[in-house]
Amino acid sequence: MQDSSISLISKTIVSVEQLRKSLTHEGVSLTILHDISFEIKNGESVAIVGCSGSGKSTLLGLLAGLDTPTAGRVSINGEDIFSLDEDGRAALRGRNMGFVFQSFQLLPMLTALENVMLPLELLGGQDARSRALSILERVGLGHRVAHYPRQLSGGEQQRVAIARAFVTEPALLLADEPTGNLDSATGATVIELLFALNRERGTTLILVTHDTALAQRCGRILHLDAGGLVVSA
Amino acid sequence: MRLALRLLVREWRAGELRLLFGALLVAIAAITTVSFFTNRVQLALNTQTNQLLAADLVLIADHPIAAAFSHRAETAGLRLAQTLAFPSMVVQGQRNQFVEVKAVSRAYPLRGDLNISKVLFGQGEVQANGPVPGTAWADVRLMQLMGLQVGDEITLGQARLKLGAVIDREPDRAGDFFNIAPRLMIHIDDIPRTQLIQPGSRIGYRLLIAGDEKPVAAFRAWATQHLGRGERIEGIGDARPEIRAAMERAQRYLGLAALVSAILAAVAVALAGRQYLARHLDSCAVLRCLGASQATLFRLYVVQFVLLGLSASLLGGLVGLGGQAFLAEMLRGRIVADLPAPSLWPLVEGTFIGLLLLLAFVLPPLLHLIRVPTLRVMRRDMGPPQQRGILAYALAALLVAAVLIYRAGEINLGMYVLGGLLGVVLTGSLFAWMLLLLLAGLRRHARGVWFYGLANVARRRAASLTQILGFALGLMALLLLTLVRNDLLTSWQSALPIDAPNRFLINIQPNQLPALRQFFQQEKLPAPKFYPMIRGRLVMINDRPVRAEDYAEDRTKRLVEREFNLSWAEQARKDYEIKAGRWWRVTDAQDQFSVEEGLAKALNIHLGDRLVYDIAGTQVNGRVTSLRKVAWDSMQVNFFVIAPPALLQKQPGNYITSFHLPIGQEAVLNDMLRQFPNFTVIDVAAIIHDVRLIMERVSDAVSFVFLFTLLAGLVVLYAAVLATRNERLYEAAVMRTLGARSRQLAAAQWIEFATLGILSGVLAASGASFSTWVLAEQVLHLPYTFNAWVWVIGVVGGAIGITAAGLMATRSVLRVPPLGVLRALQ
Repeated sequence: MQDSSISLISKTIVSVEQLRKSLTHEGVSLTILHDISFEIKNGESVAIVGCSGSGKSTLLGLLAGLDTPTAGRVSINGEDIFSLDEDGRAALRGRNMGFVFQSFQLLPMLTALENVMLPLELLGGQDARSRALSILERVGLGHRVAHYPRQLSGGEQQRVAIARAFVTEPALLLADEPTGNLDSATGATVIELLFALNRERGTTLILVTHDTALAQRCGRILHLDAGGLVVSA
Repeated sequence: MRLALRLLVREWRAGELRLLFGALLVAIAAITTVSFFTNRVQLALNTQTNQLLAADLVLIADHPIAAAFSHRAETAGLRLAQTLAFPSMVVQGQRNQFVEVKAVSRAYPLRGDLNISKVLFGQGEVQANGPVPGTAWADVRLMQLMGLQVGDEITLGQARLKLGAVIDREPDRAGDFFNIAPRLMIHIDDIPRTQLIQPGSRIGYRLLIAGDEKPVAAFRAWATQHLGRGERIEGIGDARPEIRAAMERAQRYLGLAALVSAILAAVAVALAGRQYLARHLDSCAVLRCLGASQATLFRLYVVQFVLLGLSASLLGGLVGLGGQAFLAEMLRGRIVADLPAPSLWPLVEGTFIGLLLLLAFVLPPLLHLIRVPTLRVMRRDMGPPQQRGILAYALAALLVAAVLIYRAGEINLGMYVLGGLLGVVLTGSLFAWMLLLLLAGLRRHARGVWFYGLANVARRRAASLTQILGFALGLMALLLLTLVRNDLLTSWQSALPIDAPNRFLINIQPNQLPALRQFFQQEKLPAPKFYPMIRGRLVMINDRPVRAEDYAEDRTKRLVEREFNLSWAEQARKDYEIKAGRWWRVTDAQDQFSVEEGLAKALNIHLGDRLVYDIAGTQVNGRVTSLRKVAWDSMQVNFFVIAPPALLQKQPGNYITSFHLPIGQEAVLNDMLRQFPNFTVIDVAAIIHDVRLIMERVSDAVSFVFLFTLLAGLVVLYAAVLATRNERLYEAAVMRTLGARSRQLAAAQWIEFATLGILSGVLAASGASFSTWVLAEQVLHLPYTFNAWVWVIGVVGGAIGITAAGLMATRSVLRVPPLGVLRALQ
């Protein structure tokens, strides 16, 4: 067990080189990220913190390939994601990444179970239903699988989102303010769940947060200030 | 594919598809109901009008008709009957009477029934066939003239026949308008016994044909090519122009109704599709985030839409089938005794149109949708990508246009209405945009609820614009249908008022006029107007002799060969419509003619031409100074050519009049004929009755189709409001969270919907007025009357309808706690 985790840690999963993002608005160029570089090893948990407007969400979006940078490279498992086209990145996400968002982003017309099954179905998996049921059981929602998002509380919705993120057993899990829309008690349960699953499945976790308590639980904190990396501990 | 199906089932369960499905369903149900129904009504009306011909088609000849024709018709599975008609003398004892004999075969009449009685003025009975061999039937006039009783023996030529019944009504009798002699009807097998058919006898032979529409049309096409000398073929349209005009207008109207139902369907589907895609923007972003490629997304949605479209269209088609059956049941006996069974074609057609409309309206936006920035999952303010792909939209527009033109069943009608729609969309966009700008300015000065109401309209200009246009198009289509329907009904009603003349009196000598006037006075009948009638042959146009062989059309040839009825008058009658030139004044030169425009066209006569008439050996000439339009179906006395009094007054002639004889006063005619034995009475009461019946039934059909389309339109308006319901709910919830009271919210919504309604109404009314004008002038050939009510109805109806539909669709805003709404729409 110990040996395997060491061997996992030794491998770089995310590599960021000279990443820059600028926007031009009404003729004024605004740089949101200034040539950032860092690496994340397999199985690590990393918090990206910083005040509003520091560029942390932009960074996360770039790591996920949801947005394109002005300059620089992001490699996932050694693959330069911006050398792929939009559909290539989508396929890469489907295979390697799970997402948890501040606003949950469950599809309103699907039940909890169907939401969790969706990524597996997109990958063409056979046992989508049983796998989704088992992970919903794991997040403590075994009794609410047939409910629609609007019938679930915020905490429950976020647990469904977590189940959806883990169901494909991704190598990398990206979370954007996962507790941002939840009260502190509910937020705490969600965080417990996130870290528990992270440990159980050996997933690499990158999360963006305001919540210092949450950040402290991560193995490493990347501090962003005005688009630059301040401390890399 | 399987995933698409699963997603479709899931979305269906979640109620996500209800609006789109519902809109499609209603749209297709409306289309197919109207299709099915108009299809059946048209079939029924054709059958009904053909009763006036006693057949669907008649082959007419002045000699026995070649067996080839009947052989051909029989092999095509058509039903046949023969008649022949000739003038002869009936003898009973010392009395004899000149009659028009009609000998009919067993199958006569093929369409319609004979009405006969056993005693004069007795209780009539319906008879499907004519007299059996050895018997004869006489019409009321013959019975009266000869004092006959049913059961009497009469002699016709060499044959003795027993009088079997009195004919009250003969379906195709109306065809011979100036048939003067009374009728005697016998069986065709008795003809040899009469020995009346001799070489040189003037006999009209008719071959009556009836059957299904297609074989009849095919037979007509074949027969037309094989007609010999003295043979012609007539359908109802040829025989009865007044019926043809009414039927053509009715068919165009039904086409218009079909078109409007398709427009409503298109609007409904477009609005619902837009809402569906807007709601799926987030889903698309999430799916992309979860690793779906654009191609996967496109496939997923297209498969879903096709499945959805197919099922909704099929179901809508079935609802339509049920709907029309219900309509038909309601109309049983009102339109026609029995509507023929509908063909299943409208079901196929409806399904196809539904699918086409859905894909046309949904695919282009879908192409944008799947390019949604994936980053939207993190930043909700990232909207859909910029609208691109003009080509996809142009293609969709073309498809929809093709569907609409196809629905209209006539290029002209379709093009005019499409033009109107396009006009409304273009000018409407411009107009609405300017109005919205104005509103945006206004709201700065508005306070309180007015501010929020107007702000809602003005804030999302593009969204409001779409809604206004959607509403306006729906409203316009409905207004158009209403207007045209009214014009149609009015024109029919005014063509044949209840007291329209039903008897013509001809051969009145000038010196009998005072006595006849006195007679009318005594009988308490309104004094009729007497028209001088002078018979003359047109011999020259501009010094060029008029010869029948110079004209191509048979009808024109016949017209030239016979004598014209000319008349003179000082004043133009009120219903004369002068299309060119002007009516004469007393001070003018008196050598003038006013010519009916149809005749002028047929004979190639122009304003300023000099015409020469030969009247009893005297040549009379004059210049054409006006062209008149004459309403032939008004049952008034009409003349092709009229001159000022001075030109014709001196010529020998007699008088003609038409008058309305109330039902039950027929005995007056007998008194009149006793006092003035030289008169001839022509009875057109039966014709008028038939024409009016047909018009009434067509009006009924038109009204019912209209009502149903109207209903569909209202559902569409509701769907349109429902389409923006969620946005409204969300905004209202936010407002309430910020402390807005229910009353304020309600007032703001009220103002918003009413504003949308009024703007749509103004647009719709302008579009409808314009299109009606064009349609009346170009397609339906009706006089256009400006109708101020359109504006009132459009604006007030738009405001009330849209406000009501809007408030109904968003009433939950004021009931549901804001948190519930916020969470549900999160």
